[in-house]
Amino acid sequence: MDLKNLESLNFFGPELILTGTILLLIVLDLFVQNKRNLAVLAIVGCVASLLSTFDLYSAQQGWLFYRMVVLDNFSLFFKVVALLAAICTIWMSLGSHEIRRVYQGEYYTLLLTSALGVFFMASASNLLIAYLSLELVSLTSYVLTGFLPRNRRSSEAALKYLIYGGVASGTMIYGMSWIFGMTGSLEYAAIQQALAQGEMNNVALFMAFMFIFAGFGYKIVFVPFHMWSPDVYQGAPTPFSAFLSVASNAAGLAILIRFFFPGISRVTPGGEWALVSGVEWPQVLLYASMITMTVGNLCALNQRNLKRMLAYSGIAHAGYMLMGLAILTNDGLSAILFYIVVYLIMNVGAFLVVAMVANFTGSEDIDGYRGLAWRGAVVPAVCFTIFLFSLTGLPPFAGFIGKFLLFAAVLKEGGEFIVLALVAVANSVVSLYYYAKVVKVMFLDAPEPGDKEFVIACSHFTLLIPLAVLTVALGIYFSPLVLYTTQSLRFFVK
Amino acid sequence: MIFSPNELSSYLIIGAILFALGLFCVLTRRNAISVLMGVELILNSANVNYVAFSHFGSGNLDGQIYAMFVIMLAAAEAAVGLAIVLAIFQLFHTIDVEAAETLRE
Repeated sequence: MDLKNLESLNFFGPELILTGTILLLIVLDLFVQNKRNLAVLAIVGCVASLLSTFDLYSAQQGWLFYRMVVLDNFSLFFKVVALLAAICTIWMSLGSHEIRRVYQGEYYTLLLTSALGVFFMASASNLLIAYLSLELVSLTSYVLTGFLPRNRRSSEAALKYLIYGGVASGTMIYGMSWIFGMTGSLEYAAIQQALAQGEMNNVALFMAFMFIFAGFGYKIVFVPFHMWSPDVYQGAPTPFSAFLSVASNAAGLAILIRFFFPGISRVTPGGEWALVSGVEWPQVLLYASMITMTVGNLCALNQRNLKRMLAYSGIAHAGYMLMGLAILTNDGLSAILFYIVVYLIMNVGAFLVVAMVANFTGSEDIDGYRGLAWRGAVVPAVCFTIFLFSLTGLPPFAGFIGKFLLFAAVLKEGGEFIVLALVAVANSVVSLYYYAKVVKVMFLDAPEPGDKEFVIACSHFTLLIPLAVLTVALGIYFSPLVLYTTQSLRFFVK
Repeated sequence: MIFSPNELSSYLIIGAILFALGLFCVLTRRNAISVLMGVELILNSANVNYVAFSHFGSGNLDGQIYAMFVIMLAAAEAAVGLAIVLAIFQLFHTIDVEAAETLRE
């Protein structure tokens, strides 16, 4: 289906509900004294939007708004991911001392706007919407990163993010302008048709794609576009770092997959994806993936600040996810989607524990975790251990299944990809060192006399326990999620 | 004559020069405002390309509309950017990007 503006609104429920919630938040912020109520309203809006998203699964797939936006299972999947990340983040913000000191009405408004941007990033089928949605996420992220008032680290992180983001998105639209010039259209379907006819200069095409890759790569945090991420994650308010590490990363992957798969490639009868000829994409992605995971893991080894360590581990995980893209098969893509869900759960959980400890000690330094388990925080310490081991990829946690699916898809391709799988396995081993170091500090180091007993906010517990349970449960019973991600891999192409 | 107003390639060359200048500005300048100006140059290099391609090639207005959107977003980005620079100035009493280095161990 190919709908006009007004008809499209029927299939636009999740976005409309979220937009309505955002506007309501702005207005109510003027009247409501107790800002906690705004957070509750934001969560209610997200849940309503989530229900509306599930409702759309039964609808017909197709183009909306004159082929600007596409509605298919793939975009619905990322809407669900964005909403879940937003709900977890708001929940986490409720108990956070950092957030208590900022203008909460604006904070929740901007957070939901960022989630709305993720919606459009996942469903863009036009270069204009791709750019606009990317900027919607970026601009709100810059503001939220620098949201802590009179905080040097936060402002500095915002400046760095702004400069890197501005250059990356500028480079991206410069590349897009060349694609537009060569194909005469901004729309993915028309671009694909024009590219399929060939007759393009391969060098120009390759350069244009590399420029676009820079823009998307900065969102997903590939090396060499990763420099902003450790500073930003460290400087931003912790709940927002969690949102950034999962939602923004997932959105970058969504926009990249949609651009490269339904965008500039076609499905062969065998179910594989064939890219337009003349561009050696698998090679570029292969090396980008290897370098990204290696750099991420090696830099994480010496970090003493937990948020910074998680940022580098996020870079490494972006590298793992990129493996699934490098092999260009449906198996690889569905493994990426599975990994996104698992990564959402375990990484939000890890940031949650960091936020809880930071609430208490005021810093994210590893020294604050000394003997955590023996200072009245056995449950957070055990949960943190679960999340960290899951991030490493140890059984029986969900991270193991995620990595297993990725490695299996890569090994099935064989050839040069076996080297990629070996590098990834070596990287997982390296990552065990820095994750286990934290576990050791929490359990084996004795608390010093000056370390205080631990008190935990109730709202944090209600989020921590479900996340930890899910991490274990998905490691044992994962077939429903595999089924869901396989079904989510349905793109609408004509 | 290399630069003729009736040829697409002259506009593309101008676009490429602007892009290179913008990137050079971002990489070498230490003043935050200058860096933001470099970003604007990069955005405008893309605008020149879009308008030129739209005028000479595709036969529709897609490219020119894209350029309008880029101009609007550049304004939004400048607003956010200047606000952040102002916050930096209040905290560090300088807008030298290298002076603001409290992160990083």
